[in-house]
Amino acid sequence: MKPVRARIVAVLAGFGTLLAVVALAAPLIGSTPISIARVFDRTIPFADNVDAQIFFIARFPRVLAAAVVGGTLAVAGVVFQALFRNPLATPDTLGVSAGAALGAMVAITFHLDVSVGGYSSIPLASLAGAFGALGIVYALATARRRGLSTTVLLLAGVTMTAFFSALIMFTQYLADFTDTLRMVRWLMGMLDIGGYTPIVAVVPLLVAAGAVCATLPRALDLLSLGADAAAARGVDVFRTERAALFGASLATGAAVSISGPVGFIGIIVPHMVRLMIGSDHRLVLPGSALFGASFLIVCDLIARTLFSPIEVPVGVVTAILGGPFFLWLLLRRA
Amino acid sequence: MLRVRDVSFSYSRGRETRLVLDRVSMEVERGATVGLLGPNGSGKTTLLRIIAGILMPQSGTVQLNDVPIAQFDRRQLAQRIAMVPQETHSTFDFTVLDIVLMGRFAHLGPFVLEGPSDFSIARRALESTGTSAFEDRLFSTLSGGEKQRVVIASALAQSAELLLLDEPTASLDVGHQLEVQSLLARLNREQGVTMVLSTHDLNFAAAMCETLVLLREGRVLACGPTKDVLNAESVLALYGVEADVQLHPRAGHLVVTPLARTVR
Repeated sequence: MKPVRARIVAVLAGFGTLLAVVALAAPLIGSTPISIARVFDRTIPFADNVDAQIFFIARFPRVLAAAVVGGTLAVAGVVFQALFRNPLATPDTLGVSAGAALGAMVAITFHLDVSVGGYSSIPLASLAGAFGALGIVYALATARRRGLSTTVLLLAGVTMTAFFSALIMFTQYLADFTDTLRMVRWLMGMLDIGGYTPIVAVVPLLVAAGAVCATLPRALDLLSLGADAAAARGVDVFRTERAALFGASLATGAAVSISGPVGFIGIIVPHMVRLMIGSDHRLVLPGSALFGASFLIVCDLIARTLFSPIEVPVGVVTAILGGPFFLWLLLRRA
Repeated sequence: MLRVRDVSFSYSRGRETRLVLDRVSMEVERGATVGLLGPNGSGKTTLLRIIAGILMPQSGTVQLNDVPIAQFDRRQLAQRIAMVPQETHSTFDFTVLDIVLMGRFAHLGPFVLEGPSDFSIARRALESTGTSAFEDRLFSTLSGGEKQRVVIASALAQSAELLLLDEPTASLDVGHQLEVQSLLARLNREQGVTMVLSTHDLNFAAAMCETLVLLREGRVLACGPTKDVLNAESVLALYGVEADVQLHPRAGHLVVTPLARTVR
């Protein structure tokens, strides 16, 4: 077995190269063909360079959003699967995505008009919904005993997801026709964010979530052997589980606030990465971040080019790929 | 080396509280092999988890080399006490070497990767447990006995002074039971590993342990050298089972033959 350091470098180099290629190629493809030479031709002023405008204004923000959302949801999936010791767990399992969706639905229905630090009302309400859901689920999981009950956490998450879904339907019922259409589009997941501001706005959250998740890999390896085995080998189980919960939830909330709930990324990507490089979380976490970013960029490329000029919501593409993959995984484990 | 003093512990569920350990005391000398015997629910696993620092006793103290274990943080404690649970399942596929290297966690700081000395300790642990041949195999593909030996190797890689084993031969067939038994005996004899193990297998305990602690309903019923403590009366008192307890001439240790269950 190669030393871990060499394997980490190989993973970063391999998946990093893939991401660089995909991120550079994706904006070149679309209904209007553009030339990479013209995009980066400095002799043409930006105001006159249509190719550069399409690349940097129309397509690259979307590619960047796909990379950020894909990488973030993939990392959240890895962490949730280790936290729950359940390979079928996803960032949606805990109810954070549903809470975020409910926040966004409320903002759309009641036409909330607030803006904080570059954040407009829908992502802001979505983040508030994500944190509200996390708070409720965490309070339930810690209410009856010292420490964190992952079983209660899981059951509370599933219940809260169902409850939030009911509230989303009720909110949709209250909305008018135009708002309902906006809601349905948002719930399908969309990366057409119209600029860099929504991405820049979540950078502090993503940095915080990334910093928390970066401390976790080896402890997550041990947690997957069981809480007692992990504790006996030196893991502070309560602290690790709490950090994992907050780190992954923060990441999920931030990602969903950009794009809406894009399903299945958090389950497809971690398992594909494990099939390629094994289960060591010191490799799987960075590998999933980079591969998740590439994967969603490609899914979004399919979404916007397959039936061009009509665009399919990216959530539809990930669901069409993810549904069968999930069932395959389920049957493989059974 | 290890001193457990008046340890009590109870589990609470709603308004119901169940006392699992009631003022339990015991001592373990360095290099000893001590067995915890008792029927289901007598508190054996709870006592092991308290000694490992996974549970905190509601009263009483556990001291290692005269230092209360409550003074150690989790990593410091894992450098001193290792534990092998009854069964180990991994949610994800790790290789055998990966599992054993995880035993080095307590000796590495945050963001520090295993170095050559950690690999050499892990490989020595694999050799000690006769599992070197499958270091690259996936843990999930091993048999029950092989898995248990790998988990013991992982615990040995912790380089701890004290090894706790919770029913190490439970769910193993007789061949694998003897395999694990001879491995533990060799580790104790050749490397001086101090062990506290819980078991339902009285013959395994008789073969392995020089000292026994008999637990019933969370209390110590008897404690002392195996040859003095393990007899027909104690088996009857512990399990409500009439048994024949004889020194086996070929095995060289006491052998317990259960005869009949008595109404308690």
